[in-house]
Amino acid sequence: MMSSNSANNLLDEALGFNDECGGGGGGLLLLIEDRVETSGAFILHHLIKRRLSSPNRPNDVVVFLSFAHPFSHYDRILRKMGCNLGVQKENKRFVYYDMLNLNYPVTDGEKGAEDLLLSVYGKIQKTVELCSSREGYKNSTIMIDDISLMEVALCGSSNLVLDFLHYCYSLATQFDCLVIILNHEDVYSTVDVPSPLLQMEYLANIVIKAEPLATGLATDVHGQLTVLNKGICQGSGCSKSKIRNFHFRVKENCVEYFYPGSRT
Amino acid sequence: MAAEAISRALRDGALEGEHAPALTIKDSIHAPLGAFVFDHILAQLSSNISSSKSQAQLRIVDCYTDPLGWKIQLAESGIVSNRSTQNATTASLCKNVRDLDMLFSSIVELGKEVIRETKGRFAVAIDSVSEILRHASISSAASLLSNLRSHDQVACLFWLFHSDLHEMKASSALEYISSMVACVEPISNTANGKGMNSENVPLIEQNLGRGKFSVRFKRRNGRIRLMSEELHTEQMGINFVPAFEGHVTSQSLVPKVQFNLQLSEKERNDRAKVVLPFEHQGDGKPIQIYDGRRSVSESKTENKETNAEKMHVNEDSGRGEIIYIRDSDDEMPDSDEDPDDDLISDSTIFFLTVGILELLTN
Repeated sequence: MMSSNSANNLLDEALGFNDECGGGGGGLLLLIEDRVETSGAFILHHLIKRRLSSPNRPNDVVVFLSFAHPFSHYDRILRKMGCNLGVQKENKRFVYYDMLNLNYPVTDGEKGAEDLLLSVYGKIQKTVELCSSREGYKNSTIMIDDISLMEVALCGSSNLVLDFLHYCYSLATQFDCLVIILNHEDVYSTVDVPSPLLQMEYLANIVIKAEPLATGLATDVHGQLTVLNKGICQGSGCSKSKIRNFHFRVKENCVEYFYPGSRT
Repeated sequence: MAAEAISRALRDGALEGEHAPALTIKDSIHAPLGAFVFDHILAQLSSNISSSKSQAQLRIVDCYTDPLGWKIQLAESGIVSNRSTQNATTASLCKNVRDLDMLFSSIVELGKEVIRETKGRFAVAIDSVSEILRHASISSAASLLSNLRSHDQVACLFWLFHSDLHEMKASSALEYISSMVACVEPISNTANGKGMNSENVPLIEQNLGRGKFSVRFKRRNGRIRLMSEELHTEQMGINFVPAFEGHVTSQSLVPKVQFNLQLSEKERNDRAKVVLPFEHQGDGKPIQIYDGRRSVSESKTENKETNAEKMHVNEDSGRGEIIYIRDSDDEMPDSDEDPDDDLISDSTIFFLTVGILELLTN
C-alpha cells in the first residue's frame, strides 16, 4: 500500500512520469474523469503538489484556471499536504486565474464567448512563453478545474471548449507542457448525441477514471482508479498502451493507493 | 491480405474515366487503432511511389497548429510572439478550417504546384475527417471529399474517421463516397458500460494493442468484396496477420436470412456430377444426353439406341454441331480488371494534409 506522500506511488507509476526528473509528462494531455460518488479532485491536488515540489525542477510553473473554487480552497488543501500555494503564487510559480470572477458574456452569445476564450488563451500562451525563456526551465503545467463549468461559462458551447483544449494541446507539444483537465463523466451520461467527453478521451494521452467500486460503498475503500496510458511515439518507436486499475482511500493529508485485496 | 489490397488499389490510382479510389479508415474509442492504420497506409503509399521512377514528395496543409487563426490574431495584436506559427514554415498553414472551399483550393493549388513539371497526379491524405466535422457540416465535408475525389489530378484519397464521435448519417455519408472502407474493431468484447473492475482490465488492454481489421471493397461493377484479418501494434508500427481461423476470409455478400443460401460439400459434389444438356464431353465415349426427366443412369440403359442414332446422324450429316462450353462456376477474382492496372503510374506525387505534425518526425 502506498500513500500519495511517498515517492513512486501506484498513481505516479501508472502515469509513467519519471520521478528522477521530478516531473515529466511534457507534451501530453491528461484527462481526469470523475463522478458524483467519487470526486477526482484529489488527483488534481496531488499533481499540483508533485509539479511544484520537484527539487530538480525549481523553475517549473503551474498555470491554473479555476471555474470551480476560489484560491483559498486550494490553498487550504495543499497546506495540509505540505505545499504553500500562497508562497508559490508570490514566486510566480503558481499562476492562478480566477475564472469565477470574470465577466461572462451573457448577451453576446457564442461570438462573445470565443473572444473571451481567445483572451484567456492569449494570457496562458504569454505566461508559458515567458517561463520557457527562463534559465533552467523544464516544463509548465496547465490545469483546468473543471471542464463542465467551463462549458457553462461559454454559453454551453462544448465546441468552443474543445477548440480551447486543442490550442492548449498544441501549446503543450510546442513548449513541452503538461495539460491536466478535470471533467465529470455523469454530466454527459444522458446526452443522446455523441458526447464531447469522448472527443476529450480521443485527444488525451492519459485518461484517469475515478469510479465507485462495482460492489458498492465501503468504509475502507473510497473508490477505484483506472489509468489508461496510451503510450508515446518518438523516433525510436511507440511505447505500448497500458491500463492499470487499483483502489484508493482519501485521508486527511494524503491518499492511499493499493491493489484490490492487498490492504491489511 | 486486406492491407496489401488497399495499398495496391491506392497505388494504382484512378483509372481513365473513373473517380479516384477513396478509402475510409474507421475506428472507435474501444479499438483506437485507426491512427496506426493511417500511418501504415501512408508509409506504404510513400514507399510504393518511391520505388517507382518518380520521387515521392510530401507537402502539408497544416490544419493543426492554428485552425481558427487565434495565434495569428494574438501575434498581430502583440500579446504573444509569432513563434507558434513559425514552425509551420515547411507547411502551408490553414488559418480557418471552417472554410472548406478555401481548404479545397489550398489543397489543389499546392498539389498543382508540386506536379507542375512532371504532369503527374497527387494523392491526398486527411488526418482526420472527424476534426473537420467539428467545424463544418457533414454536407460540406462530403462535398470537399467528393470534389477531391473527382478532381482530374487527384490519384487517390484516404482519411481517418472516428465513427463513435458522429451520428450514423455522417458515417454513412462518408462510406457512400468511399470505394474502400477499412474498419477497426475490438478483438475482445468487454463489458463496456457495466463498470470497471480488475477482471476486464486485461481485455480492455488487449483491445489497445490488437484489433479486427475488416475491409469492404466496392468494385466498379457494383460487386462487394469483404476481407478481414487481425492487426497487432508493435514498437515500430503495426503488423497484419491472418484472421483467427487461420486464413484470410474472402466472402461474398450473403445476407443473413433464416433459410440456407450456401451449399454443403455434398451438394457441391452432386452439382458437379450433373450432366448438362449439350455439354461437350469430348472423352471419346458415346455422348450422353440428359433430357431432364430421368436420371443419367436410366438414360444410359434405355436410351442407348436413341443416342447412338443421334450420334450417327451427327457424324453423317457433317453440317454442324452444337458445342457447348460451360462457363466456370467460380469466376476468378479481379478477372474483369485490366491486367495492365498493375503498372505503377508514372510521376504520382504524394501529397498530405495533416492534422498532427509529429508524424513527419518518425
